[in-house]
Amino acid sequence: MTFRARHLLGIEHLAPDEIRRVLDLADSYVDVNRRTMKQSDALAGMTQINMFFEASTRTQASFELAGKRLGADVMNMSVAQSSVKKGETLIDTAMTLNAMQPDLLVVRHPSSGAVNLLAEKVNCAVLNAGDGRHEHPTQALLDALTIRRAKGRIQRLTVAICGDIAHSRVARSNLILLGKMENRVRLIGPPTLMPTGVADFGCEVYDDMREGLEGADVVMMLRLQKERMDGAFIPSEREYYHRYGLDAEKLAYAKPDAIVMHPGPMNRGVEIDGTLADDINRSVIQEQVEMGVAVRMACMDLLARNLRAERGRAAVGVMA
Amino acid sequence: MTLYLQNARIIDPEAGTETVGNVILDGGVIAAIGQASAPAGAEVIDCDGKCLAPGIVDIGVKVCEPGERHKESFRSAGLAAAAGGVTTMVTRPDTTPAIDTPELLEFVTRRAAEVSPVRIRHMAALTKGREGREMVEVGFMLDAGAVAFTDCDNVVTSTKVASRCFTYARSLGALVIGHPQDPGLSAGAAVTNGKFASLRGLPGVHPMAERMGFDRDMALVEMTGVRYHADQITSARTLPALEQAKRNGLDVTAGVSIHHLTLNELDVGDYRTFFKVTPPLRSEDDRLAMVEAVASGLIDIISSMHTPQDEESKRLPFEEAASGAVALETFLPAAMRLYHAGAMDLPTLFRAMSLNPAKRLGLPQGRMAEGAPADLVLFDPDAPFLLDRFTLRSKSKNTPFDGQRMEGRVLATFVGGQQVFRAGE
Repeated sequence: MTFRARHLLGIEHLAPDEIRRVLDLADSYVDVNRRTMKQSDALAGMTQINMFFEASTRTQASFELAGKRLGADVMNMSVAQSSVKKGETLIDTAMTLNAMQPDLLVVRHPSSGAVNLLAEKVNCAVLNAGDGRHEHPTQALLDALTIRRAKGRIQRLTVAICGDIAHSRVARSNLILLGKMENRVRLIGPPTLMPTGVADFGCEVYDDMREGLEGADVVMMLRLQKERMDGAFIPSEREYYHRYGLDAEKLAYAKPDAIVMHPGPMNRGVEIDGTLADDINRSVIQEQVEMGVAVRMACMDLLARNLRAERGRAAVGVMA
Repeated sequence: MTLYLQNARIIDPEAGTETVGNVILDGGVIAAIGQASAPAGAEVIDCDGKCLAPGIVDIGVKVCEPGERHKESFRSAGLAAAAGGVTTMVTRPDTTPAIDTPELLEFVTRRAAEVSPVRIRHMAALTKGREGREMVEVGFMLDAGAVAFTDCDNVVTSTKVASRCFTYARSLGALVIGHPQDPGLSAGAAVTNGKFASLRGLPGVHPMAERMGFDRDMALVEMTGVRYHADQITSARTLPALEQAKRNGLDVTAGVSIHHLTLNELDVGDYRTFFKVTPPLRSEDDRLAMVEAVASGLIDIISSMHTPQDEESKRLPFEEAASGAVALETFLPAAMRLYHAGAMDLPTLFRAMSLNPAKRLGLPQGRMAEGAPADLVLFDPDAPFLLDRFTLRSKSKNTPFDGQRMEGRVLATFVGGQQVFRAGE
């Protein structure tokens, strides 16, 4: 069971055994994180740069904390202070940072594929912290870890993903991961927020939430972005909440022990009922945040090991 | 000077035949085709049984003069065309500024004539600045040599403006070239809708946007009687409408780009921006339908849609990257893929690449006939090579065929009876 990847650009490129490797290692980091003494030296001496071209609080904080707990030097670069505003291209920004010899580059960008492009140009390991509507691999991994810990397994489960699927990188990464691990995935949402060609993804598509939730083990809610109202995707927040907001009544269609997940930040009263979100018997939303740090530690640890091995081989090559 | 091309496999797109024989070029025209022996004093070129066809007449070439000469100039485009067997380039007016006045048209005509080894004809914008508001001086532009009027991929959204432009153009017998695409539905799209677009998280457009645009234009053509050519039909959903328009007797022809005949949406792979074109590459089903439509003659014309973009415009995230691909030099080798796949024979290909475009523009080129202009291409349809984009003569190197195996090579190109290109030089 090895983790071979050089970068973490998407779940698409991971094999099932690599996913299991990340989750197993993350499990051990959960224990570390619950101790008072949380420091490890897995990334000691290494430099991690967080490059966020799109605003983020929780993901950036989670990556920062993960890097610090592993002993890396962490630097945050947010777009507001960057030269991107001065017209520098993405590639030039990447090359500039690359020249500073970072070991891990964590990138979020509003354009799909931007992180792939950047990864081609740098020498370090690149982690995709979300690119456009493409992928958000660490989110899918932390969701998988949360599910595995709550359900005892991450296969043969029925998982319902509800909401704005079309614009969601979280949905895409989860869809791919859950498929690879042999789960039954249902997508629930208004047809205007469904990606095209979705029937070819090997999942079931519902526009009736109650039907879609029938017998589900896991209910994953997605954030509804307010700007979707402008593009005539949905008529109003209240109609959306009425048809696709998760409340106790709709949740009753899922299995009695079904868990409720949300990648955050939540719009209470738009896609999820506030009381339900806080119900510790059903909602694992806080666990997801905790698992996020552990999963990111595991991903960076594994990538750093591969990076060291690669550099070691290169050094031997030079001597020979 | 007289040229004697002996032992050639002569492709005649008009007759639909291939025959082995000799061709005599004299006084800028084809003087004789058949078994005639070499006239005294003629320079003899042994074709070694290779193919000789009317040179390609390429409607819709973007030369970036004026405005972006660093991407392509008339000189570099002309050299690329000669090396690609394109003997007449018909340029697009989507330059900066757009070719929307007779003075600008005269400027590019003069520039082109000074530096290009191949013939260049120019299209003019249909509306000023290609903004879809005011009509250009269609009459003056015709007098100055415009062969067609088009706003390229800027669709004239106002049907009132479009109807007036069409009506006015009709009165002067001008050819209008439309870009069938509903601008609303296709806004912001980088790829074609479908599983691939969804997986890559890229904004897609439904191919129905093309049908909508085409249907609208057909209503306007029926209303005004204008001569109309659709620059690119790329979706199977548009074909029945095209067939219907032709059956109804509308003066309508249609084109397709060589890229839409040889590539599909999956070629984009991991966000490869050299595969970003307008309209976006389609599904394999659509590609096959387009190939069949060219073979049957429903689609009349194949174009390169040569669109130079520098490295900076392409080294960006896919959505932000510029659209378009260079194609003058890869046009013929790419077209040979259709021949080798058994989709169509060489006369059919050259009907779509040479004869039909010349006919549509009222040019005497495109024919393998005595008395026709001696614009010819000699090529080996079987010669294999690996394409290295940095060997291209275009200033911009944005070809989707980089690193790919191609079959079919231009050996020599003749324009007006003069040899303007010979392989290996």
